[in-house]
Amino acid sequence: MDIFSFLVQTLNAVQYGLLLFLVASGLTLVFGIMGIINLAHGSFYMAGAYLAFGLTSATGSLVWAIVLGVPLAMLVGAALEALLFVHLYKRDHLEQVLLTYGLILIFEELRSLIVGNDVHGVAMPDFLAGSIPLNDTLSYPVYRLAISAVCVVLAIGLYFLIQRTRLGMMIRAGSHDRDMVQALGINITVIYRVVFALGVAMAALAGMLAAPISSVGPNMGGQVLILSFVVVVIGGIGSVWGALLGALLIGFADTFGKVILPEFAGAMVYLVMAAVLLWRPEGLLKKGA
Amino acid sequence: MTIKTHTAGIAQAVVLAALAAYPLVGSEFYVEMVAKVLVLGIFAMSLDLLVGFTGLVSLGHSAYFGVAAYAVALIAPEFAPANLWFVLGAAVLISAAVALGIGLLVLRTRGIYFIMVTLAFTQMAFFLFHDTALGGGSDGIYLNFRPEPRIGGWMPFDLAEGSQLYYFILAVAVLVFVGIKRVLRSPFGRVLVGIKSNEHRMRSLGYSTFNYKLGAFVLAGALAGLAGVLYAVLFGFVTPELLSWHESGHVLMMVILGGMGSPVGAVLGAGAMVALEEAFSLLTTHWQLLMGGVILAVVLFLPGGLIALPGRMRQLIKSGGPHE
Repeated sequence: MDIFSFLVQTLNAVQYGLLLFLVASGLTLVFGIMGIINLAHGSFYMAGAYLAFGLTSATGSLVWAIVLGVPLAMLVGAALEALLFVHLYKRDHLEQVLLTYGLILIFEELRSLIVGNDVHGVAMPDFLAGSIPLNDTLSYPVYRLAISAVCVVLAIGLYFLIQRTRLGMMIRAGSHDRDMVQALGINITVIYRVVFALGVAMAALAGMLAAPISSVGPNMGGQVLILSFVVVVIGGIGSVWGALLGALLIGFADTFGKVILPEFAGAMVYLVMAAVLLWRPEGLLKKGA
Repeated sequence: MTIKTHTAGIAQAVVLAALAAYPLVGSEFYVEMVAKVLVLGIFAMSLDLLVGFTGLVSLGHSAYFGVAAYAVALIAPEFAPANLWFVLGAAVLISAAVALGIGLLVLRTRGIYFIMVTLAFTQMAFFLFHDTALGGGSDGIYLNFRPEPRIGGWMPFDLAEGSQLYYFILAVAVLVFVGIKRVLRSPFGRVLVGIKSNEHRMRSLGYSTFNYKLGAFVLAGALAGLAGVLYAVLFGFVTPELLSWHESGHVLMMVILGGMGSPVGAVLGAGAMVALEEAFSLLTTHWQLLMGGVILAVVLFLPGGLIALPGRMRQLIKSGGPHE
């Protein structure tokens, strides 16, 4: 492997890892703060990709699709939390697993009823469609760089939101002691709703960003869900920084696994997870968002 | 109490007699379906050992089921029937060994980690069979001949014959049922139930709970493997989907639907699940929507599952209104 193809693979790994972070951070926040294990999180990613497909055909540009789609995803997330997930807080993990498993079946069938089972493609915006030449044969697509850039900006934004704002302080407090926060006059119900909506919006955004580089089709949520679980387990449940670390680790393991050991690429990610768990059963960075 | 155990014993005998008589009256299609229920019932009972009795919520139980099914297909020669006892023993040992390996890792974690990690390991096994040449890729493998139960030159029965296969599966299911009941009454089983209600206390009583949990994990893996063997023999082909995490969710749902913490409940759940799927798929192609609805309804409104239904109704009648 020469230096340029190494560079291409590294950029791919970072881009893939960052996209995974977007999905996994929502999962880890919802678990860390609200104590909910949500198997249906992958469905939000899928919904985002289909939303990108639908809105891009309607408005003519992926950028508009994202501008309209993210607030829409937040609204849907808030509505789902108010109607469904609010009933999960007091239940044990087994019931949460089963209820959200049931939701996956329902979401998949609704998808099949509304948009059918065809596989679709989404065009990337014209101004990002080019690629940067590296040498005579290799070049790198601008769109993938743009994905990485968007994810980095969002990760920094998330850091500021959680560590540096009043809302973030309430979120952190809520994850420690729900009753105490409520006793201090903070409306924890609203905080939970915001966190959940944020998680849904990030997963949907990841789906929208991924739509032009991967096809939009049935069951695309399942794979992302399991990888996000792996990321969360590696990083430490509830830790956003752990999720970032875990996501990048998985990005590299998957991308370079495909190059070095193509036959075992699918299993590579899980081997990395097993190794991390042997070393640290509670994940790399336990707790403390 | 004695009256209750008597009625339970009579009920079990009646059900067993009905199951034994079924091939005499049922059509071939439905006999195969009941056989499928029995196989899935064994699978569900094995998971119940972890979820219902030891308190370990595994979302990766399909790995042992699928690995054993694949072992049957891979060990069996292509152009001749395999020896049933050999493939059965080998496949169950393999799934027990896989459960031991995975168990040593996953039992280091607890709670929500345990759920996620068991899920992830199953997915790893899925990819191993899906991506590599080992398992025939995403198409799976056909089992050309049903294994023969030869002992030396003597063949006590013939699995190529539909009703004999049915009786073999029924016999195995009864053995597993009785065996699990026995295990649960043994000191080992008592410790497992103790771990479920309070692991710290069990440890302070001097029990090495890790070893007990590992024992339960391996036993459950071996029994799931047994179910996988029967599945491969019954349907004659294996695909990577047997190992997928959807299958794990599916069997977990059977346990909950029937009522966890009871081998009868597990079999009941398997039967109800197969019947519901069959009925819904006749109604609409979008039957998963209905299935999802049933899952939500059961978890929300029927904690305790089907097995708790008579007791709840009795209470309802006695109190003259909804209780709790």
